[in-house]
Amino acid sequence: MTTFAEIRHRLWHGTVDHLDAPLFFITIAIMGVGLATVFSATYDSQNRLMGQFINMAVALTLMWGVAQVPPQKLMRFAVPIYVGGLILLILVFLFGITVNGARRWLNIGITRIQPSEIMKLAMPLMLAWYFNKYEAGLKARHYAVAALLLAVPFLLVAKQPDLGTAILIGAAGFYVLFFAGLQWKVIVGLAVAGAAAAPVLWNFLHDYQKKRILTLIDPTSDPLGSGYHIIQSTIAIGSGGTTGKGWLQGTQTHLEFIPEKHTDFIFAVFGEEWGLLGNVVLLVLYLLLIGRGLMIAANASTLFARLLAGSITLSLFTYAFINMGMVSGIMPVVGVPLPFMSYGGTALVTLCTGLGILMSIQTHRMLVKK
Amino acid sequence: MRRRHDPFHHQDSDLDRFRFRLGFAAVAVLLAFLLLFTRFVWLQVVQHDYYTTRAEGNRISLVPVTPNRGVIVDRNGTVLARNYSAFTLEITPSRVHDLEATIDALGTLIEVQAKDRKRFKKLMEESKNFESIPIRTRLTDKEVATFAANRFRFPGVEVKARLFRQYPLGEIGSHALGYIGRVNDRDLERIEVAEQAANYKGTDHFGKSGIEQKYEFHLHGQTGYEEVEVDAGGRAVRILSRTPPVPGNNLTLTLDSKLQKVVEQAFGERRGALVAIEPESGGVLALVSMPTFDPNLFVDGIRADDWDAYNNDPDKPMLNRAIYGAYPPGSTFKPFMALAALETGKRTPQQAISDPGYYMFGGHQFRDDKKGGHGIVDMYKSIVHSCDTYYYVLANDLGIDGISNFMGQLGFGQRTGIDIEGEAEGVLPSQAWKKKRFKKPEQQKWYAGETISIGIGQGYNSYTMLQLAQATATVANNGVMFRPHLVKYITDAKSGAKTMIEPEPMRILPFKQQNIDVIKKALVGVNKEGTGTRAFAGAEYEAAGKTGTAQVFSLKGEKYEAGKVKERLRDHALFMAYAPADAPKIALAVIVENGGFGAQSAAPIARMVFDYYLLGKLPKGAAEEDAAAVEADE
Repeated sequence: MTTFAEIRHRLWHGTVDHLDAPLFFITIAIMGVGLATVFSATYDSQNRLMGQFINMAVALTLMWGVAQVPPQKLMRFAVPIYVGGLILLILVFLFGITVNGARRWLNIGITRIQPSEIMKLAMPLMLAWYFNKYEAGLKARHYAVAALLLAVPFLLVAKQPDLGTAILIGAAGFYVLFFAGLQWKVIVGLAVAGAAAAPVLWNFLHDYQKKRILTLIDPTSDPLGSGYHIIQSTIAIGSGGTTGKGWLQGTQTHLEFIPEKHTDFIFAVFGEEWGLLGNVVLLVLYLLLIGRGLMIAANASTLFARLLAGSITLSLFTYAFINMGMVSGIMPVVGVPLPFMSYGGTALVTLCTGLGILMSIQTHRMLVKK
Repeated sequence: MRRRHDPFHHQDSDLDRFRFRLGFAAVAVLLAFLLLFTRFVWLQVVQHDYYTTRAEGNRISLVPVTPNRGVIVDRNGTVLARNYSAFTLEITPSRVHDLEATIDALGTLIEVQAKDRKRFKKLMEESKNFESIPIRTRLTDKEVATFAANRFRFPGVEVKARLFRQYPLGEIGSHALGYIGRVNDRDLERIEVAEQAANYKGTDHFGKSGIEQKYEFHLHGQTGYEEVEVDAGGRAVRILSRTPPVPGNNLTLTLDSKLQKVVEQAFGERRGALVAIEPESGGVLALVSMPTFDPNLFVDGIRADDWDAYNNDPDKPMLNRAIYGAYPPGSTFKPFMALAALETGKRTPQQAISDPGYYMFGGHQFRDDKKGGHGIVDMYKSIVHSCDTYYYVLANDLGIDGISNFMGQLGFGQRTGIDIEGEAEGVLPSQAWKKKRFKKPEQQKWYAGETISIGIGQGYNSYTMLQLAQATATVANNGVMFRPHLVKYITDAKSGAKTMIEPEPMRILPFKQQNIDVIKKALVGVNKEGTGTRAFAGAEYEAAGKTGTAQVFSLKGEKYEAGKVKERLRDHALFMAYAPADAPKIALAVIVENGGFGAQSAAPIARMVFDYYLLGKLPKGAAEEDAAAVEADE
């Protein structure tokens, strides 16, 4: 057994440096499922299989690259990336391009960039760096400063408006605070205050956001708008039954009832064609991924690495939970992709960079130990 | 069993707390996924039969039903924009395997011209692939029958009955009315911002200019939808339920289409603009920009050759000269200057100057039109005979900022806020304006010499006919100013309730009535014994007015053949007027580009407008038959 393990170890580490095998193979598994689903979702029109394959290859390469960077070096990037991201967000606020009523993009000549995407990783990096710096004696004011560092980008993105991304950025930052030991009574207090302030916050929401929450309660109230998404995607999932209608057999999918079926609503396609069985397999795959991430966090050697690993892992969970919750009709429709499944390069790059960081934390810890 | 991986000084309790929190997070993750799992079991096991029925029984599709667009009529009920139904041949590109071959094959049955193909390609670029796009519109009954017999050969090709917009009066009033065209990206943005995305499902057209654009969301209505059962091929089998659409609201304009037509014919081949306003409400009676265009050509995507013709025409028919063209007002500015003099106390009506035919300022001679001068000139005479020297002196006395402050109140150099897009601001010169306008410090300074020609409506002065008409109406109305508007009321399609566009005064200017009366008396004098006498000879009513001539300075960037250059160097002719003088019912401003003197070509148009509007008298000639034709068309 030892010899076999040794051979395996040598093969693995001799070829691909710093990759974490469990993370890597679980991700590849989910990506495989994702490719099959994208193929089905785009079968009738332009087939995007090749495009997504290339996206995945690029993202995986980036993941490998990031995994080579030891956490101590990563720490040096925390502040510049955060500050750079914040400046870009302010530029978007001032000069951004408005598409479909939202100001999210910045035109930099050749292409458009969406700075809020950078913040998804810059936020946990920055806060983990900050807490690591004051590790010796964390006081209430440190949490307050961290909360401020969190609030500014969150509000800038929420204002765009891009509630989905704002929630993801906010969550990533909050997880760092949580793992850094934010007091329970503060967390509970915030939750209670949040619930109490809900009616006030309601008034700050855009009309379309209110509508999305209301349509959750009664999807038929807006059957052509956001209610349509929920109605059609729940029909797709529900009609999938226990074992599903089979790959490429989803009628909801192939009769064009599901909008955005290869991006945010891809889970409806999967749920229809693979049924409860497929859904459970997918849930288990995500659980394994998250479990491995939490293990990496638990064993990480510095506070910076611990906080970062914990936040990245829970962010991954947040993506998956919000997306599946929204497509199955228990959460409002916000633009959050399903990790490694939804078509599109941006989300893949962000997620795989996160995985790369996790791998770096794991593999460099082992080197330090030796 | 505490392990320490941490090479730095670190409390074990901190690590313990971290791991406890990780455990807590793990439990939370499990619970959340359990919640999802429960939801999946609920949908896919417990409710499975229900959703199978909904997906299988089947394939219920929500089809939007586009509402009828509201109708636009003029103040007398003459229809300006309506809808009619016609058959179109449409292709859904995503359902067609070889588009070119399909169109070729279609061409053997139904005439498909090269320009139809060209337009189709253009529309395809702007649309989504699963939308059906017209290749031919207005099919004949025979063509519909021919296609129906061959339909099986053409998957993805359909004949649809669609509503089209039609503008029965064609070119008349098109700059005010505007036109609709196919929805493009910019329109989508507007729809999105107005939270109307769901309501525009299935809608192909959107107001692009004029009233059609400004009142788009009133005219559109509420989209209905049908629950339709479709077969496995995606074809509709039967309608399960129907929520009818609510048609768009109808608009009644303040515009008088017959008056509009009289004016457009009066212009003939000449270029220019006229705005006529009802002084007591701000309702626009006529908004003319010549030459004009035919909005019917735009409805189902304008053909390239038509578009090029409009675009390359040196007369620029798509340009709305009435609200976008800014011109120096010339002598039509003088009555307002005179009013400024009275209101600021710089002049009394009796104060007179002696006009030698020029005014010397800073070593420069500002000449009067009349050689040898007008002699002794008081305020009345200065307006009636349009004496330049009087206003050179006055301008110097008032100073540039004095003039600018006063004229600003009357709306010069500001957008009036009329209910169509594309208004120009014009230029109301002042020291502050010049500082903002120019970059170099030596250009930013205002020179006193520049004030002199401002007094006779030249120099940097530049205003739209809409602004001039509004100012004229304000004087006619004794200082009560209205926002010019084109829509009189909106009729709710469902309830029939009318929403008036209320004539609320925008501003009440605190002018002394006796001062206004001085100006008004002089304006009447213009048409009785002054520059407007010939145009208003034998009028059965008393009209007030003022002629003007605006110099055309530069020909920068314009290339015309020799004959035309000469024509285009001629001055613009202007006229501002209202009538009847004692109780004004109509006020107007008109410019005839390169028309020479105001009295010569602009004032006669005003005469025709008043004759028609006040007495119902049509100008001699072809207009009579044409106007009768308009009537018969109603």
